[in-house]
Amino acid sequence: MSVDAVTVRKIAHLARIKVNDADVPHLQQELNAILTFVEQLSAVDIEGVEPLTSVMPMPMAKREDVVTDGGIPDAIVANAPVSEDRFFVVPKVVE
Amino acid sequence: MTELTDLTLADARDALRQKKISSAELTMAYLAAIEKARPLNAFLLETPDHAQAMARACDERIARGEAGLLEGIPLGIKDLFCTEGVRTTAASHILENFVPPYESTITANLWRDGAVMLGKLNLDEFAMGSSNETSYFGPVISPWRRAGSTAPLTPGGSSGGSAAAVAARLCLGATATDTGGSIRQPAAFTGTVGIKPTYGRCSRWGVVAFASSLDQAGPITRTVRDAAIMLRSMAGYDPKDSTSVNLPVPDYEEVLGQSVKGMRIGIPKEYRLDAMPEEIGRLWDQGIEWMRAAGAEPVEISLPHTRHALPAYYIVAPAEASSNLARYDGVRFGLRVPGKDIAGMYEETRAEGFGKEVRRRILIGTYVLSAGYYDAYYVRAQKIRTLIKQDFDQAFDQKIDAILTPATPSAAFGLGEKGAKDPIEMYLNDIFTVTVNMAGLPGIAVPAGVSSEGLPLGLQLIGRPFDEQTLFALAAVIESSAPPVSLPSAWWA
Repeated sequence: MSVDAVTVRKIAHLARIKVNDADVPHLQQELNAILTFVEQLSAVDIEGVEPLTSVMPMPMAKREDVVTDGGIPDAIVANAPVSEDRFFVVPKVVE
Repeated sequence: MTELTDLTLADARDALRQKKISSAELTMAYLAAIEKARPLNAFLLETPDHAQAMARACDERIARGEAGLLEGIPLGIKDLFCTEGVRTTAASHILENFVPPYESTITANLWRDGAVMLGKLNLDEFAMGSSNETSYFGPVISPWRRAGSTAPLTPGGSSGGSAAAVAARLCLGATATDTGGSIRQPAAFTGTVGIKPTYGRCSRWGVVAFASSLDQAGPITRTVRDAAIMLRSMAGYDPKDSTSVNLPVPDYEEVLGQSVKGMRIGIPKEYRLDAMPEEIGRLWDQGIEWMRAAGAEPVEISLPHTRHALPAYYIVAPAEASSNLARYDGVRFGLRVPGKDIAGMYEETRAEGFGKEVRRRILIGTYVLSAGYYDAYYVRAQKIRTLIKQDFDQAFDQKIDAILTPATPSAAFGLGEKGAKDPIEMYLNDIFTVTVNMAGLPGIAVPAGVSSEGLPLGLQLIGRPFDEQTLFALAAVIESSAPPVSLPSAWWA
């Protein structure tokens, strides 16, 4: 499988990464190089093989459903590029 | 007279406990060495005031007889570990000004045991790279040079700053992380020891995530003993990481020097590549001889799915990365670049904030997870991962105690020499290490010789899950059998 320029733009949009027109050809080439490299996997017989979901099988650890942390709003917004009154500020999303 | 910075971590620990040296003077010696070594670009942030305050507190605890495992030992921290109140960048523009309000579990463990932080170490951006060249802050220059040449070489990656700093005697040890080989490859390139423990041995909490099912932290040090000491402090159960394993952490130092007589060492035939330089094959054969001389029994084994590990990795790792890195959106932390609306802001921020390699991996990951391709790529890769793990399970079922392989397919290369046109060329660096991450096993790289150009070469040992002890015991055999590594002379100072 290989990707065309339209697909490159579509993936970039899904990933929310702006791509300039000038970047599309070389991105397309690089992505196709990687896809060609992984293409060999299609020859592997995977009939009846379960996908690996955990390298070290173990029961999921659970804990009491209680609050263990909190009351630190200033620490939470401390790294925000824009914040106001302990809120994150984003560009307007509703009219 | 020996310089203070020539002591190993173990020697320094003993000298500190015997009050022959103070942490304050040891720390000062390292801070001076770091200042002189700025041309190497190993440190992204030096924290001298912090270090001196910690060292003073260590000396007081030693005086009171309350020394911890690493009391007074100056360390470097890969800039992927969040450190409270100290900038943590992941070597990315997008986190250039990020100051975590919390401390990673691993660094908290180190400080609990009395270690001193010298600063934050350079790496490939988000740990994605094998040469440190993807760092937003520029590559690390290896302290090593080819014989008769001044061409700048890579210390490897992604933990290039960690490996370079340890080899150049800028710290006694350094934290590192390994997703596909990022501890073991730089260790091999710099003549240092690096261990990636079993998945789940060290907490991932507070470590900037790359590919969560593969990421695992470990130490890089100058000797096997130093790695054993440091891993004991880093490892341990952490309820804050749901994949952390609740097993006791042994005293890894105890196994050093123990007999390895009768151990069966797997030699996987699939690792003998046609394209492998002859000197790598010779190094491997030499390692097999050292094992035999120590009374261990080399046994040829087969790991038939080995050659599929790297391509499967380049589906799984980018897939997980594209998901993990979705959090960098310019809202809660990190860089924000304005756009015409909120989606535009996300797109501008991520285009400017991420470097070329990171963008490329996010795009690949997004593609292999997208509707219509998920089964063909991602699920298939995860099935192949099962086959890779089964290969190892079967080898260990044949009473194999550990597996011996080369650590890297070559010695360190020059900056700018690889991967400029074809990303795959760079990815091939991880050919011997990536299988270990795919199966979650422990692996250690140990210096074993030098290349024809005078550069360090390493061997890798792969162990059973949670059997880091056997790796340390066998690594100590390699270390004592191999010609001693002479650290690079300080041409930068």
